[in-house]
Amino acid sequence: MSEYLSDYASLLSQYDVLGAFWVNIQLTFWAAIGSMVLGSVLALMRISPPASMRAVGAAYVTLIRNTPLTIILVFLVLGVWSQLTISFTDDFNQNFFIYAVIGLSIYHAAFVCEAIRSGVNTVPAGQAEAARAIGLSFLPAARLIIFPQALRGAITPLGNTLIALTKNTTVAAAASVTEISALMKTMIEFRPDVIIAVFLTVALGFVIIVIPVGLLTTWLSQKLAVKR
Amino acid sequence: MKYGKSMTLAALAATTALTLTACGGNDDGGGGESSGGDGESVRIGIKYDQPGLGFKDGEEYTGFDVDVAKYVAKELGYSEDQIEWVESPSANRENMLSNDQVDMIFATYSITDKRKESVAFAGPYFVAGQDLLVSQDNTDIKGPEDLEGKNLCSVTGSTSAQKIKDQYAGTVNLVEQGGYADCVTILGSGGVDAVTTDDIILAGLAATDANSGKFKVVGNPFTEEKYGVGLPKDSDKCQAINDAITKMVEDGAWEEAVTKNTEGADYKYNEDLNPPTPDACA
Repeated sequence: MSEYLSDYASLLSQYDVLGAFWVNIQLTFWAAIGSMVLGSVLALMRISPPASMRAVGAAYVTLIRNTPLTIILVFLVLGVWSQLTISFTDDFNQNFFIYAVIGLSIYHAAFVCEAIRSGVNTVPAGQAEAARAIGLSFLPAARLIIFPQALRGAITPLGNTLIALTKNTTVAAAASVTEISALMKTMIEFRPDVIIAVFLTVALGFVIIVIPVGLLTTWLSQKLAVKR
Repeated sequence: MKYGKSMTLAALAATTALTLTACGGNDDGGGGESSGGDGESVRIGIKYDQPGLGFKDGEEYTGFDVDVAKYVAKELGYSEDQIEWVESPSANRENMLSNDQVDMIFATYSITDKRKESVAFAGPYFVAGQDLLVSQDNTDIKGPEDLEGKNLCSVTGSTSAQKIKDQYAGTVNLVEQGGYADCVTILGSGGVDAVTTDDIILAGLAATDANSGKFKVVGNPFTEEKYGVGLPKDSDKCQAINDAITKMVEDGAWEEAVTKNTEGADYKYNEDLNPPTPDACA
């Protein structure tokens, strides 16, 4: 047993596990911002008066939500980067990081959109009618009346999406980003002697990252709930 | 949907009978030509996804590893239809041997001291080396020292990728993909200048119908990977397998297998190290 522990300790000193998890956290951070912005725009489109806007929003959600994330990321690398040779920066590795953030944002925006839309459904119709009655057109009404209430009602589903996003950052290995799942493959290749410990370490790392997110969203959803 | 009690009993009886027959095994043993084969099958672990080495093509298994495995199995007294092929991905190889899921593994399995702690090896039957695959008209990459500023592709978590990171980090741009086929696709579109892993794996990839004639193996290997036959730690077959490998080299079947599986790749194996002499058994 003590021998196994010393093998495990040598594994941790050999590989930068924390550094790899840090890459996942950075991916989560940027993709959360990206998907929140894109998802809000989509949600706005899906509740807007023009039927064409609603159709575009619905089409995006239907298409992207039903496409596996791996396919989106592989398409970005094999299709967009390799065939069309589009680069965002001169830093070779940074470029793949940006691709991964774009892919994760595109994918999760569909889920963010639906989460916000579910929040919009918690806002009574009378609120929208009152906004129109005082002379606000669609965009000001959405910005000042609907969205502030909708976001507060959507915290729990948004938190779920954030948790899914956190774990989905492991797919970024498909886009050649050296994050924890790529490091895990390396550790399995070179240290099969502690293979169980490798799995448990990665699993535990995600639990440690995700649990605070869950606690925070539960607390926020109670604190910020619109009392009606 | 109501079945009578007798129906249920009959079904139960039938299931039990089937299970028992399966356990009975075949007692018409002694079918083998020499010692070792006793009519039972032998489970051989190979790769299913490496063209030219171990590849599952519909119901057919092809590649150099497969050809060597068939030859060795024949020498051990197993006919071809007694071989039960099992997929053994790189990460699972040690576990499959120690948990008795396979009897032997021919899957680009490099002999290393670390692995010798948990499994035994016969062979080597081939000495590969990390090399570079470039497009047919490329003339400026002749070895790892020409890679400065170039883009390179290898598989996530592989020994080859780690080697590049350890020795050429900072000068080489490394793309990591899920499989070598993806790397070859990127090489074909010009996204990378070279793909790197063991030379015979590259040759196998370049020899597939879709890639034939498009790529070439540089032929300047910069590592030494001895492909051995993975065996359970307590196996007694090591010496018999080594004899079979020696015989395969002597009667020309080895040379024929290499040539057949790398045709169209413009590849020549490292003649200083091949064909190898099997190491002494532990």
